[in-house]
Amino acid sequence: MNAFHPHLLDRRLGMARTGVWIVLGVMVMAFFRTQILGHGKYQLQSETNRLRPIPLPAPRGVIYDRNGRVLAENVPGYTVSLLPGPEANLRSTLAQIASIANIDSVEIERVLQRARRAPYQPALVLGDAPFRVVSALEERRVAIPGLLIQAEPKRYYPDTAVVAHLVGYVGEVTEVERTTRRFATVRLGGLVGKYGLEREYDDTLRGSEGIHFVEVSARGQMVREADAAANLAPVPGTDLHTTLDLDLQRYISRTFPAGQRGAVLALNPNTGEVLALYSAPGFDPNAFVGGISTSYWRSLNESAARPLLDRAIQARYPPGSTWKLAVAAMALKRGIVGPRSHMPIPCRGGLQYGNRFFRCWNAHGHGDLTLTEAIAQSCDVYFYQLGIKLGVTSLLEDANEWGFRGRTGIDLPDEISSEFPTGPEYYDRLYGPRRWTSAVALNLAIGQGENAQTLVQMVRLYQQLASDGRVRTPFVVRRAAAPGTSASLDLNPDQLAILRRAMIAVVEEGTARSGRLTGLQIAGKTGTAQNPHGADHGWFIGFAPAEKPEIVVGAIIEFAQHGTAAIPIVSRTIAHYLGLEETAATRMRVTVPTDSAPQPFQIPVLPDTLPPVIPVDSAVPRPPTR
Amino acid sequence: MLSRVRQLDKGLAVSVVALALYGLATLYSAGQTDVPSFVTTIWKQQVVWLVLGLIVAAFTFRTSPRMLEWATPFAYAITLFLLLLTLFIGTGAGTAVGSKSWIAIGGHRFGQPAELAKLATILMLARWLAAQREAPATLRDLIIPGIIAGLPCLLVLKQPDLGSAIVFIAILFLMLFWAGTKPSLLVLLASPVIGLVLAVSTVAWGIWIAVLAALLLWWRPYVWEGVAIMGLNVLGGVLALPFWNRLAPYQQNRLLAFLNPDVDPRAAGWHVIQSKVAVGSGGLLGKGFTEGTQKRLAFLPAQHTDFIFSVVGEELGFVGVLVALSLFAWLLFGLLRVARKATDPFSSLCVFGIAGLFFTHIVENVGMTINLMPITGIPLPFFSYGGSFLLACSIGVGIALRVAWESRQSGYAELGQ
Repeated sequence: MNAFHPHLLDRRLGMARTGVWIVLGVMVMAFFRTQILGHGKYQLQSETNRLRPIPLPAPRGVIYDRNGRVLAENVPGYTVSLLPGPEANLRSTLAQIASIANIDSVEIERVLQRARRAPYQPALVLGDAPFRVVSALEERRVAIPGLLIQAEPKRYYPDTAVVAHLVGYVGEVTEVERTTRRFATVRLGGLVGKYGLEREYDDTLRGSEGIHFVEVSARGQMVREADAAANLAPVPGTDLHTTLDLDLQRYISRTFPAGQRGAVLALNPNTGEVLALYSAPGFDPNAFVGGISTSYWRSLNESAARPLLDRAIQARYPPGSTWKLAVAAMALKRGIVGPRSHMPIPCRGGLQYGNRFFRCWNAHGHGDLTLTEAIAQSCDVYFYQLGIKLGVTSLLEDANEWGFRGRTGIDLPDEISSEFPTGPEYYDRLYGPRRWTSAVALNLAIGQGENAQTLVQMVRLYQQLASDGRVRTPFVVRRAAAPGTSASLDLNPDQLAILRRAMIAVVEEGTARSGRLTGLQIAGKTGTAQNPHGADHGWFIGFAPAEKPEIVVGAIIEFAQHGTAAIPIVSRTIAHYLGLEETAATRMRVTVPTDSAPQPFQIPVLPDTLPPVIPVDSAVPRPPTR
Repeated sequence: MLSRVRQLDKGLAVSVVALALYGLATLYSAGQTDVPSFVTTIWKQQVVWLVLGLIVAAFTFRTSPRMLEWATPFAYAITLFLLLLTLFIGTGAGTAVGSKSWIAIGGHRFGQPAELAKLATILMLARWLAAQREAPATLRDLIIPGIIAGLPCLLVLKQPDLGSAIVFIAILFLMLFWAGTKPSLLVLLASPVIGLVLAVSTVAWGIWIAVLAALLLWWRPYVWEGVAIMGLNVLGGVLALPFWNRLAPYQQNRLLAFLNPDVDPRAAGWHVIQSKVAVGSGGLLGKGFTEGTQKRLAFLPAQHTDFIFSVVGEELGFVGVLVALSLFAWLLFGLLRVARKATDPFSSLCVFGIAGLFFTHIVENVGMTINLMPITGIPLPFFSYGGSFLLACSIGVGIALRVAWESRQSGYAELGQ
């Protein structure tokens, strides 16, 4: 039978019609399910689909000094960014605005890299756009797709370099930082503190970002602003009140010898409050706002002066004669000497010990001295013998117990540890057991040898001497919860008084006579840190008023030859703080004490210790990626 | 001329015109986005194509089915040659840049031979099937139609264009059915493919083999056929994995995303999810003509071609979808009616094949907007922008109208009323 007989065709037509009905019926049911039953769900999805959150940066907390003067604040600034989109689009847009925004090809690549890293967020083009650029871009806004210009609070440091090391600066969070718990909540491209207080108290200062919704296309181009109701206002960061005395800080920066490298640290000895912390040379923290320029960053990093280094907490120097007070304190504590104790051998310009002659800084000799006189004259021969009497073991034991191997715990980031041998085993390791003699005690006793201290560490010792012997961990905002070192020097008030009198003698008639002020007794001690790489570094740490100290100031000046160079800045700072006429600092000519061990002692470099010149790599913050 | 127009099959003509206008309006809306793109003015080009389609349809209408039947082998050979040519000089376009489905001359894209090949294959199949005295009764009878549809299918698959390849298979089956092939034979013919699909799960495949064995015992085909079918099924199960690995990654992703769009919501699943969101958010009455946010903000991909039906769903809602589907149903039933009344088997098969072409495209394209079908990117008749397919549709409509006119001339009085 023919397959196209009408009967058969009718049968197949019926089947075909049924098939079409069934398929269309299934489709109608599927559309019914999607459009009528699932309407609510998809309606919601289509709403959220087109709204894109734009982060609204929170203003960081303002940083104040102790008198309510501003160290870091926020001023209005503009950022220029591009809404996310395909790379080709971004590239052409960037090429379009390159001439207006003044960005080169390197920066274009950087923006694209940023866009790749955070593909659903606006990619920052200019972190701190000048008003001229903003207005030029705003004019052409319609022609530039995906352009986002936001008014954002911008960090501003009114005193720039004066407070740079203490206050620090902010920068874009790095990938590495975001993997840490602390910065895990910061979005890519968010600003965090990078240095100084900005970093230490970043959690407090940062606040939390708000969100602002814009309606965007699937390519991420902004179409219009969304309903304001959906926006979330940013929560500003908490203000920070520091113990810093901005006036004193400014004074120090003004009087610090121009062109010199070094640091000054002023504490309140009774509380540990940091009154001033200055490191020279400085840098301009405002340059980091909105992304530092490559050239400035390079100049900061390549400069031999290492301006980014905070010399108060990130540099170690041999303490030199400032260390003698520590040795004297140990000897007093152990009852080995009293204020009027003499040493068996008077100073005749040196001391023969074993087959070596250890010289005193004064080749003419100091004669027979008491402890007080020895401190005042910084007599090396006296302290050589004191070191022998004390013994290497006790010396190491006390120094370790007093925390001279470790950090002070000041509330600033990246404080480095001071270096000191842990015990006699150190010398066993270094020279082999019984291959070394107590001659090492001679060097240790005058602050040479395997001993490198930060300024803050040494100032803390004098803070203890200036108060009741107890440690007050230095702090700028809050005292560290648990100081890592033993709480006290363990000296009775009489012993402290002995040392203080000796230090007064240093200034009144000893090596620091140039620091003498009329009407005020300053106690202090000079030091010269031997530097095998060049001229010696000069130390001076002093406090005043000597009887009831209110301020302790330490200064180190690199390549200053000797401690006398640091005396004026310290005495003037003290006078300024106490409200005295700072010019009263007498300018009398003094014998220049070279104040150091006879031969430059080549410090053996162990993995454990460090070269006297500072290992900065760990301390210098990584280049901010922008 | 006018008298000829009056003699047209009214139902068919009106449904096509209505669909073309509906499609043009949707295409216009598809260009109304907040993101500037070339789609904005594309409806004007579609008007040009529609006019061109009208002329082509008129020409086709003037061609007698005998003339067509005579010309079929040449048309088939030419389209096969063009398909072969695309494999060497073909270029990609739009969302399928990586494939070679376009013939381009001097950088100017000329057309997609695959669309015309579908039509030529329908004609060729109709010619061969109509020439048989009996309906195909054994698998052996299906070898030649299999080759006729299989050749262009393989060439298209090589481009690669999975969607069009599926259309060729669908046309083959539908036309075999219309030629009177027993459904059991079609099931046996389809069984290796079913076995291949079910091979994803060993249990499902095992059950299928058991069912197939039962069917073979029941239907009792020739022994060698039964053995061949069984062998092909087993082979399909074994080859499923290598075949899967041979698929391009984007094809694999599309199939996986069809099963679960959320596996890859940003890439392969993106289209489906965004399309479903567009359709679903349309609700009963839609967001209003040209007002669809998914489309306006370019979340909807290929809104002027593959996903144009999502625009209908989003902007005109369930009602708009019902209207569109009703119009398509009207067209399909019209075509079926013409196929039934055709004066000769060739015409009847041609018209049914054209109906099958429309049906496959509609089901596949509309189905994928709500994830009923995997994404294959084949156009929706009269809606999707594209010249080649619109011309193929016009030719098809022209043929159908001519066949309707012929049958009316030979006495099917109700056609003209």
